[in-house]
Amino acid sequence: MSTLAVHDHGVAHHDEHGHEHHHNETFVSKYIFSMDHKMIAKQFLITGITMAVIAMILSILFRIQLAYPDKTFPLLTTLLGHFAPNGRISTEFYLSLVTIHGTIMVFFVLTAGLSGTFANLLIPLQIGARDMASPFMNMLSYWFFFLASVVMLSSFLVQKGPASGGWTIYPPLSALPKAMPGSGEGMTLWLISMVMFVASSLMGGINYVSTVLNMRTKGMDLWKMPLTIWALFLTAILGILAFPVLVAGIVLLIFDRSFGTSFYLSDIVLNGVQQPYEGGSPILFQHLFWFLGHPEVYIVIMPAMGISSEVMSVNSRKPIFGYHAMVYSLIGITVLSFIVWGHHMFVTGMNPFLGGVFMITTLIIAVPSAVKTFNWLATLWRGNIRFTPAMLFAIGMVSFFISGGLTGIFLGNAALDINLHDTYFVVAHFHLVMGSAAIFGMLAGVYHWFPKMFGKLMDEKLGYLHFWLTFIGAYLVFFPMHFMGLDGVPRRYYAFTEFASMQKWLTINTFITWAAIMAALAQVAFIYNFVVSIFAGKKTTQNPWQSNTLEWTTPVEHIHGNWPGEIPTVYRWPYDYSKPGAEEDFIPQTVPFSQTMSSNLPHDFEDNPAGLEELNRFTSTLKAEEKVK
Amino acid sequence: MLMGTNLVNAQTPAAGATEEAPQVDWTGVSYYVLLFLLICVGVAVVGKILKIYDLTLKIQGKKGLRWNNVMGFICLAFLLAGLYGAYWSFTVQGSMTLPEAASIHGVKIDQMFTITTVLTMIVFFLTQILLFGFLFKYRHSEKRRAHFLPHNNTIEKIWTIVPAIVLTILVVFGFFTWQSIMDNTDAKGEVAAINIDITGHQFAWELRYPGKDGKLGPKDFKLTTAANKLGVDFKKKSSFDDLSADTMYLPVNRSVRLNIQAQDVIHSVYMPHFRVQLNAVPGLPTFFKFTPTITTAQMRTRLDDPKFEYLVYCNKICGGGHYNMQKVVRVVTEAEYQTWLSHQKPYLTDGLRKELHFAAAEPQQTVSQNRLALNN
Repeated sequence: MSTLAVHDHGVAHHDEHGHEHHHNETFVSKYIFSMDHKMIAKQFLITGITMAVIAMILSILFRIQLAYPDKTFPLLTTLLGHFAPNGRISTEFYLSLVTIHGTIMVFFVLTAGLSGTFANLLIPLQIGARDMASPFMNMLSYWFFFLASVVMLSSFLVQKGPASGGWTIYPPLSALPKAMPGSGEGMTLWLISMVMFVASSLMGGINYVSTVLNMRTKGMDLWKMPLTIWALFLTAILGILAFPVLVAGIVLLIFDRSFGTSFYLSDIVLNGVQQPYEGGSPILFQHLFWFLGHPEVYIVIMPAMGISSEVMSVNSRKPIFGYHAMVYSLIGITVLSFIVWGHHMFVTGMNPFLGGVFMITTLIIAVPSAVKTFNWLATLWRGNIRFTPAMLFAIGMVSFFISGGLTGIFLGNAALDINLHDTYFVVAHFHLVMGSAAIFGMLAGVYHWFPKMFGKLMDEKLGYLHFWLTFIGAYLVFFPMHFMGLDGVPRRYYAFTEFASMQKWLTINTFITWAAIMAALAQVAFIYNFVVSIFAGKKTTQNPWQSNTLEWTTPVEHIHGNWPGEIPTVYRWPYDYSKPGAEEDFIPQTVPFSQTMSSNLPHDFEDNPAGLEELNRFTSTLKAEEKVK
Repeated sequence: MLMGTNLVNAQTPAAGATEEAPQVDWTGVSYYVLLFLLICVGVAVVGKILKIYDLTLKIQGKKGLRWNNVMGFICLAFLLAGLYGAYWSFTVQGSMTLPEAASIHGVKIDQMFTITTVLTMIVFFLTQILLFGFLFKYRHSEKRRAHFLPHNNTIEKIWTIVPAIVLTILVVFGFFTWQSIMDNTDAKGEVAAINIDITGHQFAWELRYPGKDGKLGPKDFKLTTAANKLGVDFKKKSSFDDLSADTMYLPVNRSVRLNIQAQDVIHSVYMPHFRVQLNAVPGLPTFFKFTPTITTAQMRTRLDDPKFEYLVYCNKICGGGHYNMQKVVRVVTEAEYQTWLSHQKPYLTDGLRKELHFAAAEPQQTVSQNRLALNN
């Protein structure tokens, strides 16, 4: 079967090569150092899920501390050793947990796990390419990510514990190893890990962009690409432009930590000892960090938006409403996301005038986000909605995006941010809008493309259970946090016991912790479903969701080069669902208009006058026939 | 039900352990593991029953369980439960939030907050109702076909322009509010601001009030010693009458200028009752001007809480003691303020006098003191 597979690991566009040859793949070249985009996607996915589970367990650990600040849990000492002396997590380790939870979730799960999985899987399959532009670089991208993950986790083995300055690692706290235990070797490992991570991300991003721009199949112009591809493409551009700035910031921090420079440090007296730093500015780091950090949240959410758009269109059996508006809003978000970073810094002492400017740009970015939301709602309107687990997760994504997005209007307003900054209101906001929404987009993608990845179907009922427990759990966890924030409860507090005014929130903290434990246990349903389905799932058909996009024209069994024989040509946009006059309620992109005369619309020939003429002739003959009758 | 049992039993392993010799209560642990496995088995059994039910329906020639219908109804149920939950949360937890703003600019912020809340909540309820309503209404049916509607430019223009207008209003309103709060010039007719120095370090705040001259002496971090904790420069006259204080007293209805600094890492001066927050950044002195309007005593009566205190606390992660870096703030009448001020100790203590005298001989004596002990 694979005799037609392409040489050069599938980079070639053509398949008319005369010689046939067998790939003698070893275990290592097939499963470990694979250069096949589908295998790399799976590697990213499984690593991403593993990291997600680890980061989730970390969150449960600190939730236990928040729920029971006065109780001792000897089991914690058994598990964590000196990080949790006497059955209680230490204050410093609590901050480490928060820091590493955030870092892993934002970067390792929602950036690499999400973009890495779906860009690798979907870009070649949905644009009609044999593989990525540079499969070798693609492989390197995964292995740099893997190394970065290992280094990040290895910081738990360091005596002083992992980095603990928050995922934003603001200096001077992160720059002065004596400022807290986590700023020692743990911080060094964090920085090393992140440099490797950015290298991975750049190699991936360059690959995604060049593949989308250069390797689309015949007929696949940019306006025929599914929204998933648009989203992943723009995400990759964002990453390429933003991540190097983080590296710049990190390298300067490494210099400050190890070589005695003062980029970020000035006028410091630590524990009564004057430090020899002068002339630097801690704010500089914040600018560099958030110049990545803000595009980063869109790097996280845009693939989720793309996936949800695709999944919702397929399962509503309806074209996505306002395809062009969806693309333009993605482009708008991409451009604007580079000029809003200062809204993270309203109260850092940045010039207040700048605060005003960033407030204006921030609230402008809400417009494309609002357009997307309304378009999703319009997509559901008068649809014929099939509730696959993927569809439910896509809907969950929209619900979270609304709930979390609206609170962004508060935080983007500099005046309101004064009192809300760094409180639980912010925690609630970003966990809904980028945490939960993005992870739901990712899960929607996993459920939707699982048949494409593994050739098997996942169990739908377990998917339903997983969805509802997680969806309700996430709301129970994050909704009450808004009100804690409105009461002025700061984030990253080890315990609320020291403040009389915060003690009323203790019962709610306990409630949140139990909701979080419920949601965490619900993930067992997913992991079980995922693993068991890979080995014992029901075999899928070629196009299980009756979808239009190209990936479902490939055989179920993966082959190197994706399509046996010629890559199909694309004739139409990917959203011809329930077109009036068509026999079935979907028309794949590979079906030419000449085969669907009865369902063609004038709109289909906007840039094709010859086709329009053809259509007019067809409709006039049809009318003439009707008259005869 | 499930969560209820867990909640009750969660206390057992913790209560069973003693502080001195933490012993893992393995029975407790295995109890939880068993409980979880039991739930898994329960889920599996329910799954099998559903499958058998589904099969029997099919054998009888009926259509199997229509999951699209089931999910549609669950969506509707979720919408209703969610609406009630949101309402409950707003009323019960919403009433636990901060009391009215105790400063002039805080009132403006609260007005903005109310307007933003009303606008966003309309959108929130509307969109969530539409979302889950559509899911219920348009759940899958064999008989129907979806309505082919690829786009509609008019409606898309409307829902681009309307949010744009609403957001413009919010931006303009917010921009001017922000500018007025951050305005650093003294307003006409306003009594000149009282300067108060607040300096953060791990893990406490230091306060410095100006003396009779109303001016704070300049500082230089290189002058910091054990006795001169803030590094005040005593070459300048204005430094000599500076006062140090343990509690932040503020006279009501007078403009206060907080000069905010940090010595070691970034801290954040957060006084939520006054809607005041600004980071304390080493090497970057900042300030926040505000006017408190409600005295502590008035607030105590209003809240019916005789123990109520205004607080300043740290809101930027700064290390292990971050969660407990608070200072009491008392807003008092002008007369009370003056009495209190007259009782404050000078910053220039006897020890510091002695040290300054020796300073010429031993310039670099910066041995660390027990700073950590301040962390309570």
